[in-house]
Amino acid sequence: MLAIDVNNLNKKYKNFHLKDVCFQLEKGYIMGFIGTNGAGKTTTLKSILNMIHIDGGEINILGKNFIKHEMELKQEIGYAFGGIDYYTRNKIRQVTNVVKRFYKNWDEEAYFNYLKKFNLDENKKIVELSAGMRVNYNLALALSHGAKLLILDEPTSGLDPVARDNLLDIFQELVEEGEISILFSTHITSDLEKCADYITYINNGQIIKSSEKEEFINTYRLLNGGESQLHEVKDHLISYKINSFGFTGLIHTKDFDPSSNIKSTLPNLEEIMIYFSKKEEQHV
Amino acid sequence: MNIVISNTSEKPIYQQLFEQISAQIIKGEIEKGYILPPIRQAAKELRISIITVKKAWEELERCGLIYTITGKGCFVADLSSDDILQKRNEMILKQMTTDTSYYKSFGLTIEEIYELMKTVY
Repeated sequence: MLAIDVNNLNKKYKNFHLKDVCFQLEKGYIMGFIGTNGAGKTTTLKSILNMIHIDGGEINILGKNFIKHEMELKQEIGYAFGGIDYYTRNKIRQVTNVVKRFYKNWDEEAYFNYLKKFNLDENKKIVELSAGMRVNYNLALALSHGAKLLILDEPTSGLDPVARDNLLDIFQELVEEGEISILFSTHITSDLEKCADYITYINNGQIIKSSEKEEFINTYRLLNGGESQLHEVKDHLISYKINSFGFTGLIHTKDFDPSSNIKSTLPNLEEIMIYFSKKEEQHV
Repeated sequence: MNIVISNTSEKPIYQQLFEQISAQIIKGEIEKGYILPPIRQAAKELRISIITVKKAWEELERCGLIYTITGKGCFVADLSSDDILQKRNEMILKQMTTDTSYYKSFGLTIEEIYELMKTVY
């Protein structure tokens, strides 16, 4: 079963266009959603949750049309967009008492476990929490009502390396039984190199690629060669950088002749993002 | 079962898994009938993606080193000493083929390779 099925999602703003966004997430897996600032990550996630009005497209969650079953599906979704930023003069306990009433399957035990895991004190006021603690508190709320699908917008940004590592542990524990699926956006790609099963990459409102992680990386090669070799591959390169020692550039694996003398390596996610963004600069 | 994953290696992680486990099976360090950890548990513990583990397990199964009983798990196959020898040779030959093409690119003859090999073996 598909946890998320997004088809031809379109949303037009004055200066930005989310264009024919399509991707699928199989139930029980983790998908990383990457892209530079302003690429459309948050807009896509908000569109999925019907938090903004879309111009076209269809979204199915856990096998059901989201618009038709919105209330029912929202019980099964945990979401967090950054840190908590409402009722800031109230204590954590009071805010939780408000939030938990919305959920039929609120799990008090899980909630207290997460508070403990995240070192959160119920008696603290929201305003007294650090940025990272606000993110963690929002995550604790998202994780405590037995959600089958988690949609998290940059859950790791603002967290220190230790907290990020703990969070990734929690993600992997959650998907272990195969019942829970996680979609999270980030631009800290090292978080994804290890634990994500699928990668969806959005650039300038369009999906560049959405696939299983190793396949995703294997689609590209990072080339490294002398300046004299550049002309051999220049027309096929997605983009490249030149310095006094030669050039480095990104290419689709299918466009690269492996018997060539140019040194090729597997890029990491960050490098793929950098060269794709560079491509646009070169065309402008 | 011991597994050490290197993130800096050029080798894909599923291949690292496959090579390390198959070597341990062939050397007899993992006994027949040993149950491999469930895919999702292994992924969690090794901090790698589920699909990576799945691929490694599939490759092990394809090579006849493990077999799956649905609902029970993946078991190390019962291999005769002939099977083990054959599988070991297959793997060694595969590595040798890659290495040989590297030596050939320098124009070495087999005798030269042999002499050099003796000095490092």
